[in-house]
Amino acid sequence: MHCKVAEFTAHAGYQQVKTLMNMTPPLRDERATMNTSTTQRGALSIRNVTKIYDPEGVNVMAVDNCSMEIAAGEVCMIVGPSGCGKTTLLNAIAGFHSITHGEIFLDDALLCGPSKPKAEQAAERMVVFQHGALFPWKTLAENVAYGPTVQKTLRKKQALEKARDMLSESGLGNVVDKYPGEVSSGMARRAEIVRALINDPKVLLLDEPYRAMDALTKSIMHESLLETYDRTKVTIFFITHDLEEAIFLGDKVHVVTTRPCQLKKTVSVDIPRPRSYETQSSEQFRLLMDEVNEAVHEEAIKAFQAGEREMA
Amino acid sequence: MATQYAGGTTGHRIEAPTGLALLIYRLKEALSTPKPYLMGFGVFLWLFTYWLLCEGLKLDRFDKIPGPVAIAKEWFSYEPFQGISFFTAEYYDHILASCRRIAIAFAIATGVGVPLGLFMGWSDKIRQYIFPILETLRPIPPLAWVPLAILMFPGFEAPVIFLATLASLFVTTLNTMLGVQSIDEEYFRAAGCLGSSKWDIFKNVVVPGALPYIFTGLQISIGVAWFSLVAAEMVSGDLGLGYLIVDAYMNNVTVPMVIGMITLGFVGWFTSVIVRVIGNRLMQWQVKELALQGR
Amino acid sequence: MADVAQSSHAHAVPRKRTRFEKFRQNESLRRGVTAIVVFLLLWELGSRFDEIFGKAWTLPGIGLIPPPTDVAVAWLGVLPKPGYWWSWVASFRRVMTGFIAAMVLGIPFGLMLAVNKYFRDIFFPPFEILRPIPPLAWVPASLIFWPTNEMSIAFVTFLGAFFTIVINVLGGARTIDVRYLRAAQSMGASQWDLFSKIILPGTLPSIFTGAAVGMGITWEVVLAAEMISGGGTQGGGGLGFFIWNSYMGGSLEQIVVGMISIGIAGYLCSSAIRWLGHYFMPWRRLF
Repeated sequence: MHCKVAEFTAHAGYQQVKTLMNMTPPLRDERATMNTSTTQRGALSIRNVTKIYDPEGVNVMAVDNCSMEIAAGEVCMIVGPSGCGKTTLLNAIAGFHSITHGEIFLDDALLCGPSKPKAEQAAERMVVFQHGALFPWKTLAENVAYGPTVQKTLRKKQALEKARDMLSESGLGNVVDKYPGEVSSGMARRAEIVRALINDPKVLLLDEPYRAMDALTKSIMHESLLETYDRTKVTIFFITHDLEEAIFLGDKVHVVTTRPCQLKKTVSVDIPRPRSYETQSSEQFRLLMDEVNEAVHEEAIKAFQAGEREMA
Repeated sequence: MATQYAGGTTGHRIEAPTGLALLIYRLKEALSTPKPYLMGFGVFLWLFTYWLLCEGLKLDRFDKIPGPVAIAKEWFSYEPFQGISFFTAEYYDHILASCRRIAIAFAIATGVGVPLGLFMGWSDKIRQYIFPILETLRPIPPLAWVPLAILMFPGFEAPVIFLATLASLFVTTLNTMLGVQSIDEEYFRAAGCLGSSKWDIFKNVVVPGALPYIFTGLQISIGVAWFSLVAAEMVSGDLGLGYLIVDAYMNNVTVPMVIGMITLGFVGWFTSVIVRVIGNRLMQWQVKELALQGR
Repeated sequence: MADVAQSSHAHAVPRKRTRFEKFRQNESLRRGVTAIVVFLLLWELGSRFDEIFGKAWTLPGIGLIPPPTDVAVAWLGVLPKPGYWWSWVASFRRVMTGFIAAMVLGIPFGLMLAVNKYFRDIFFPPFEILRPIPPLAWVPASLIFWPTNEMSIAFVTFLGAFFTIVINVLGGARTIDVRYLRAAQSMGASQWDLFSKIILPGTLPSIFTGAAVGMGITWEVVLAAEMISGGGTQGGGGLGFFIWNSYMGGSLEQIVVGMISIGIAGYLCSSAIRWLGHYFMPWRRLF
């Protein structure tokens, strides 16, 4: 890994890995050493994926021959107009539905392909949903403890203890016993990410998780996610249509076309980590914005003219 | 402490009242609006009109219906002229008989309807087989089953319970099924990617997710059960409030008839409150969420 | 998935399928038909169990019910008789009388309760006291009060639907979004405009919900009232009387015929309400 990084320093995609190596914050590294493998695992490879829906004989092509490579420990942002098939791609990775053609690999293991159109759902790929899917009938702690309990990796009592600890670490210590309906949407979303992370996943799949939030809450959520990422270095597959969010969080921004979803352009974000909100006012940030904006705007117009109903 | 709130202008920092102080505070708040007085006036107006028509003016036809004074006198008398009062054992026999039947019918309907509805909502296959049969039978009013029920089941008790069960079974099953279908797909997906087995999903997503609908259904279902029970008791019973009403009618005593009606209303209301309270206890998460939304 | 399925897009390639193919591929329809056929077969078998295996094998409950084939034969027998159709007419007339009276009185009353706070405070408590009393409990009292049987049946039917409709109208009118009212006011709407253009259409969905539920109750009440009071000769027939009469006459097949007839009648009525709702609320026709 080291020599590779040295060779490809010019390649922006590995910039992040480089920063990682240079950074080495010794204080936080207890967790990092515990999960030394995290940077080595969680590479996603999407090869020529096509998805055609066939509800009642009407063929709709949602994804068309889409390929992308996501390195282990990378924050990969997928940007595209509403209803373009980004979610379809995420659902295929998560195993919520099958693909028509192509293959998806996770760390060289086949998730789905011609022989197995639908991936199995497993805790190695955790999803954080658009509207939030914390069970409203369980408290935050119970929600977080749910994964380890049903996977039988921990006893219920131990799982609850661990859940409380992890929630406290994320600054949710005083609401662990509240129901999701009682806390703010920002807190709920943070708890949902904790619920995903407690399972030590290889990939975190986020489907526009901050969509319904106001700008102020959003910026806090971004910082919190970045902080979490710096700690765990989990691979993140993040769907959004907020360009600032995409550049601020991501290592790479993949712009996809309107339906059917295809990769249009990949922009590498070589802003060093750790990033703070001041990054967003830098010249480099603005230039990247322009670059991405140009690619997205064209697609947005196409999508708008197609008059497609937006996903609620 | 309470005076502080009543004063309101003391300028001190106001703390949220708790316990008894909260109760007094709420009472004072309530009494400072015209609402309770208007409500009292409304009930009074209604009772007065009733009295005026039946006892005051003794209008034609209205004089056949016992007025509020006559009913109250009879209801609270130790030796009721027409046989039924608070102090006769017979009155409680009727109430108990009806309540027992409702309890049995409601228990059967819930015990069968809730699991059936859960499975119907959960599995497309089960729903596609059972739903058409239910939909075919449902338009037939439960009361149309009265003669068949009398023929099919021996004795007085079984047909009556059968009718009450039948009525609430449909409501409970369909509401439970709707409840499962109303659960957001994302909860199933979330549970799936957290590594749940089918049984885990059933226990942790299907059942709690359907609970609000189940309890809405149960509240309707107990109302429907009373409705059918009364009809069944009127036609075929030998005890119970429905029978009390029809028996009084047959014997030309009108006061027990009205007492029976009022008692039915009260008992029916009370049972539905019990169902609601149980529901709220089981669904703390929903109660708290709604409270925060100010509902 | 829904995001993609909702729109027919340029990529949509419709395929034509024959009706038979559709039936074969429509699993839910196929299962439904199978279930009903199996249900009828079991019923037939259960009822005829004693005929097949001898008298000692009469099954409890179902063994006493006539089998569906006998019911069908009995139905064919009554179909040409005018008396059967007069029962339909009589029941329909009663249902309509009670139902329309309940709508005519219930909708304005419910709207008044919703619109005027003082009216609600005064008249809602007595309403709530009377509401839990099951409609059928009113039957004897109304028999005493009203001069004719027909009037007392109409009264009880009215009560049954009235409470449901009022509660639904009140609930519907009170959940209308205040923003609609403010928007209308800002465009210069008068009080009457507010009522007729916002409150009334805003309440329509609940009115139709209430009407559908009320219609179900109305049929139950009419049926019961016919069985309880119309059992005598002066009741003037009706499907409830048809059932009761068949019961008294010991014709089990006709009881079931009556039950199914009432089921069909009730279903027709609720379908009519659904259709009307569809017609009057074009904005609710989503597809």
